[in-house]
Amino acid sequence: MKTLFDKIWDAHVVATVEGGPTQLYIDRHLCHEVTSPQAFAGLRARGLTVFRPDQTTLTADHNIPTMGQDQPIRDQISRFQVDTLAKNAADFRLTYYGLNNPKNGIVHVIGPENGYTQPGMTIVCGDSHTSTHGAFGAIAFGIGTSEVEMVLASQCILQTRPKTMRINFEGKLNKNVGAKDMALYMIAQLTTGGATGYFVEYAGEAVRNLTMEERMTLCNLSIEMGARGGLVAPDETTFNYMKGREFAPKGEKWDEAIAYWRTLKTDEGATFDKEVTFDVSQIQPMITYGTNPGMGMPIDGTIPELEDIDAAGKISFEKSLAYMGFAPGEKLEGKQIDYVFLGSCTNGRIEDFRLFADYVKGKKKADNVTAWLVPGSWQVRRQIEAEGLDRILEEAGFALRQPGCSACLAMNDDKIPAGKYAVSTSNRNFEGRQGPGARTILAGPLVAAAAAVSGKITQP
Amino acid sequence: MEKFQTITSTYVSLPIENVDTDQIIPARFLKATTRDGFGDNLFADWRYDKEGNPKPDFVLNNPAYSGQVLVAGKNFGSGSSREHAAWAIGGYGFRVVVSSFFADIFRNNALNNSILPVVVSEQFLSALFASSNGNPKATVTVNLEEQTITNNETGRSESFEINAYKKECLLKGLDDIDFLLSNKDKIEAYEQQRTFSYD
Repeated sequence: MKTLFDKIWDAHVVATVEGGPTQLYIDRHLCHEVTSPQAFAGLRARGLTVFRPDQTTLTADHNIPTMGQDQPIRDQISRFQVDTLAKNAADFRLTYYGLNNPKNGIVHVIGPENGYTQPGMTIVCGDSHTSTHGAFGAIAFGIGTSEVEMVLASQCILQTRPKTMRINFEGKLNKNVGAKDMALYMIAQLTTGGATGYFVEYAGEAVRNLTMEERMTLCNLSIEMGARGGLVAPDETTFNYMKGREFAPKGEKWDEAIAYWRTLKTDEGATFDKEVTFDVSQIQPMITYGTNPGMGMPIDGTIPELEDIDAAGKISFEKSLAYMGFAPGEKLEGKQIDYVFLGSCTNGRIEDFRLFADYVKGKKKADNVTAWLVPGSWQVRRQIEAEGLDRILEEAGFALRQPGCSACLAMNDDKIPAGKYAVSTSNRNFEGRQGPGARTILAGPLVAAAAAVSGKITQP
Repeated sequence: MEKFQTITSTYVSLPIENVDTDQIIPARFLKATTRDGFGDNLFADWRYDKEGNPKPDFVLNNPAYSGQVLVAGKNFGSGSSREHAAWAIGGYGFRVVVSSFFADIFRNNALNNSILPVVVSEQFLSALFASSNGNPKATVTVNLEEQTITNNETGRSESFEINAYKKECLLKGLDDIDFLLSNKDKIEAYEQQRTFSYD
C-alpha cells in the first residue's frame, strides 16, 4: 500500500546513495533568467552539454517589465540577464519562450496551460513555487542553482526523501471563499515552517471540488508552510483540463497515459507520517497582517496580543508588526489601502481575472487605489480579451499590464512604494518583498477586488 | 569546492525567527549572472538605510561582532529557493549557520556551497544567544568529522545530524555533479526501463 507520493517517487529512483540521498530522475525542467545563469556558466566551466535538452524549457518572467515589452528592457542589468538566458538557450539548443513569444509567461502558468505539466511527472525549477505543478498529481518542487546545474548535466538530482503529510479539507466551502483562503487558513494553522521536511497530499471533498486552477493556487502555496511540494491525485477534472492542450499526449498515447494516470492515487490504508484535517466551513475570506504567510486571519479577525506569542517568537512578532505599522490586538477591516496587485503564479490565471472582473463589473475603482493587473501569461491575457473582461475592467477604471512576475517580487519597476499598503494576490508578505518598505496584505482575487473598489480592507 | 575543516570562531547572533531568503538577499540584487559579490548585500534591508548608510543597531554593523559562524532563530532560510542566499552568506565569510530549524531548500543550497547548516536544540540555541550577548569574544567550535558543536563559554556540546554522503562531500570538497556524472550508465539504464515514458 503506497501513497500517491510514494508511487511517483519510487518510479523515478535511479539509484540510492549509500548513507545518503536518492538519485531522482527528472522528467521536466523549467528555467527562468534569475536562477539559471550561474548553472549554465558551471556547465561551460566543466565543458559539459545539456544531457537531455528536450526536457528543459526556458522562459523569461521574473525580471521583465510589464509595459512596453516590444521595446528593449531599459534596466541594463535586467536586460543582460534576459539576454544571457536567450544566449544559453541558443548555445545549448533549448526551447525558449522569450519576450514577445506568444507562449511567454510566468513559468508556473505556462507549464500547465500548454499541457507540459502532466500527472506522474517529476518537475523541477529554480523557483520555490514549482510546487504549483503538483495540482496535476506530479512531484514538483523548487531547487537551487547548483541543483539546476545537476539537472542540466544529468537529468537527475540528489534528494533526501521527504516525509509525507496528508491534509484533508472536508466539507463545502462558504460563499466567497476560494483556494487562496483555504491556503492562507491552512498556513495560519500550521505556521510558516509547519510542513518543513514534508511533501503534502491535499485530499478531501473540498479539494476534489476545486477546479484545476484552484488546485494550482493551493499547491503553489505549499512552500509557504515549508513543504517542498503539495500534490493532488489526478482525476476527471485533471484529465478534462489537460485534454487537447498542446503538449498533452494525443490519440493512442492519450489513452495509454490516462490508463497510467488513473493508477496515481493513494491506496486505501496507506499511511502518512502526518495527517491533518480541516473543516472548510470554518474558513472565511482571509488576509495576512504580518510579514510571513503564516500570519493570516479572517478579514474581521483581530491581530494576536503580544502575550499570545511564545517567548522565542516575541522579537520577530514585534518587528513584523512594527514593519507593517499595525498593533497587537488591532482589527484591519475597514483599513485604508493604497495598492492592489492581481497576478503572480499564485493568482494570475484566467479564473482569477474572471472573479475580479465579475466583482468590479459596474463598479468603479476607488480613487485612493493604484491597481496593477498582471496576467500570468500571454495566453491568459488573450483569453481575458477574448472573453471581453478587459472592457469590463476598463469601464471600472482598471488597465491590464503585460505578463510577468511583476510586483510579486518587484525585480522590475513594479515596486510598491515604502510605507504603502498593498492588497496582493501573490504569495509572500515578507519585508521588502514588493519593494523596499512595502507593506503587503496577502489575499485572494475576490478580496483584492473588494479592496480595489472600496479602497479599504473589506468583505467581498 | 573548498574542503570543510573544524572551525573555532567567534559568531554573530541574529535571534530572529523565520528569516526568509528575501531578507538574506532581497530580490532586486538577484540580477547578477555570476556567484560573486552577494556578500556586500547580505541582509541589505536590515543592514543599510535608504541612502545606503549602515544602520548602527544591526549586528553586522557592530564591529565588535564577527566570525565565520552565524547563529539565527528558528526556521532560517524559508521562502524563495534562491541560492543567492547561500552565496551571500558564504560571500560575507560565514562557513556555518546554526539554528534550531532550517527550511529545506536553503539547507540543500548551503550544503552545495560548502556552508554547513547545523541544527541544534532550542535550549542550545538560546544559550548561544545568551553567551554572545554583551560578549563578542564568545566562540563556538564546529567539528564536522565528529558531528559536534561546542559552546566554548558554557563548555556544553551537542551532536548534529548530517547524512554520510554529504559529510564526505564537504570533508573532501566534492560536489554532487562529480557524483552524478560518474553515474551516467545508471541514468541511461533507467531511461530504458522506466514505468512510464513522457515524450
